[in-house]
Amino acid sequence: MFSKKLAAPLALVAASVIAFSGCAANEAAAPATSGGAASGLNGRLTGKGASSMSVAQTTWIAAFQTANPGVTINYSPDGSGAGREAFASGAVQYAGSDRALKDEEMGAGKFAVCAPDSNALNLPVYVSPIAIIYKVDGVTDLKLDADTTAKIFAGKITTWNDPAIAALNPGANLPSATITAVHRSDDSGTTENFTDYLAQAAPSVWNQKSAGIWPDAFPGEAAKGTAGVVGAVQSGNNTIGYADESQAGSLGKAQIKVGNEFFGPTAEAAAKLVDNATKVSGRSANDWALKLDRTAQGQYPIALVSYALVCEHYADSSVANLVKSYVGYIASDAGQKAAQAKAGNAPLSADMQAKLKTSIDSIK
Amino acid sequence: MSTATHTRQAPEDDLALVPAKPRIGDKVFTGLSTGAGIAIFVILAAVALFLIAQAFPALTSTPEMLQSRGYGPFWSWVAPFAFGTVYSAFWALVFAVPVAIGIALFISHYAPRRLASGLGYVIDLLAAVPSVVYGLWGANTFAAALQPLHAWLATYLGWFPLFTPPASGTGRSMLTTSLVLAVMILPIITSLCREVFLQTPKLHEEAALALGATRWEMICMAVFPFARAGIVSAVMLGLGRALGETMAVAMVLSGAGVIKFDIIGQQNPNTIAATIALNFPDASGLRINQLIAGGLILFVITLAVNMLARWIVRRRAAFSGAN
Repeated sequence: MFSKKLAAPLALVAASVIAFSGCAANEAAAPATSGGAASGLNGRLTGKGASSMSVAQTTWIAAFQTANPGVTINYSPDGSGAGREAFASGAVQYAGSDRALKDEEMGAGKFAVCAPDSNALNLPVYVSPIAIIYKVDGVTDLKLDADTTAKIFAGKITTWNDPAIAALNPGANLPSATITAVHRSDDSGTTENFTDYLAQAAPSVWNQKSAGIWPDAFPGEAAKGTAGVVGAVQSGNNTIGYADESQAGSLGKAQIKVGNEFFGPTAEAAAKLVDNATKVSGRSANDWALKLDRTAQGQYPIALVSYALVCEHYADSSVANLVKSYVGYIASDAGQKAAQAKAGNAPLSADMQAKLKTSIDSIK
Repeated sequence: MSTATHTRQAPEDDLALVPAKPRIGDKVFTGLSTGAGIAIFVILAAVALFLIAQAFPALTSTPEMLQSRGYGPFWSWVAPFAFGTVYSAFWALVFAVPVAIGIALFISHYAPRRLASGLGYVIDLLAAVPSVVYGLWGANTFAAALQPLHAWLATYLGWFPLFTPPASGTGRSMLTTSLVLAVMILPIITSLCREVFLQTPKLHEEAALALGATRWEMICMAVFPFARAGIVSAVMLGLGRALGETMAVAMVLSGAGVIKFDIIGQQNPNTIAATIALNFPDASGLRINQLIAGGLILFVITLAVNMLARWIVRRRAAFSGAN
């Protein structure tokens, strides 16, 4: 039953992997060949965490298991918080989290699956652009800047033909209708990253700290999950919201002004966010917990950065080998591009991939 | 059971004091029913114990601690959600009870027998629909369909505090949510009321009719007084479901941590159950404790409401037409 259930997706992924390895033959080793080198691997890995990278994890797991038939990996997308708890308690060997571990959560000996003297590593392996989606009659190419976006979501701009929006969209046929701004009602990494952008880029309007839960001080409609927000924006009129770019469907996606340029939520522009970020200070050289700079030039500033949480040093060396091999594949060019085809994430730049490889190689 | 056996034995001598020959069936049945009775207490106590134990860290943390590592000071955090829970359930009852009693009366006293049994079956089917289906329907279809009504209410009845503009742009308001809840609790209230109405003694009904009462007067004089306790029980069961409903509210309601009486607006007080469902997946540490403490408050609210209902039923029982 197990093999029957997995046969179809496996075949699909295998096909796409072959396709990719064909067109990128001169680049990094394709998983089929890297699998050959690691084919001695066997065992079980269990991961838990962010649902944002659920599709990507499924893709990675399928490809990795095809290349390494002896390995079984499970990832349950129960949420970032559940993932961090499970990783700390030792229930899983790696976790996915929409934020890096905070300073007070880090520390040697706090992670049951790691060796007693080992800290955790935060590896940003999944970058997903967040689109500002809208459905406004007669408007097809909406342009916004940070202050205007913040004012719309803070309820300070209430109609579409507001001078601030009109100034950014010369010639657009903006209706006089009321704006219905939709946000997430659940605690989510998407909201945390979106409000982080508003707090960093428009501090004069957005006077709240970034948070996974929408601040009650700002009005607007709430809907559950990405699907809920997309549904509310879709079924309403003159609506605006924010959602994972890959889930936006046929809705319009606003272009965001950064410096003097406008950027849409493209993979390349979003991946630059990670390149422009600085490392959180006080962490080890191999830890890539990032402080994102949402105001840097030449990037699309609203993206979700999800981390893989692993140990510096696993208590069990066979687990360490499995994690190294699997997370190594995730952070490789092949892994990033395989996920992009399915999940619509922004592949990490070659530079970032190299940095992560050094970190992953250091796992013991 | 055993007392009945005693009295049936020859009363003229003292043989009545000799216990009846115990039968295996009696023992098994007594054991089973006592066990079931005790089990419900054990289960309830276990739930309460779990809630208290898990909620304890949040309840004993300082407000500053909860501000930095939880969702904020406990009582000011939970108050809007407790309000939202009771408020949404209240509106659900306002919408559901008259309709439910109407349907039940129609089935028991007005409809031709064939239609009645078919209709009763259809109503019971409503109870079998999973709440996530109600949630999907409410969020994607019903809310959008009701949005024009929201706009209309805000425009023409905006002076009334319940309909303060601006109206919700998508229709995911307290009004829509409590209407969805009303549909969900309708079958429970209807089925129970129907059964109770059917229990009205035929003699009472015929006596009322014989005195010259119309059918409506007969229902007021004979059926309602007899069924009052039953109606209250039915409403309480419905209320219990409305208070605890999670998925449908989480999907339909545009909720926030605010206390507002306006039922057509964008920001509505969320319910405790929906708040737990929305935040639990991403919660960790003290936040989990705080959410469970919210669950404890919901447990207390439900318990209080039920006890109040029991008290009303007992107080009214003396005056009901049933005796």
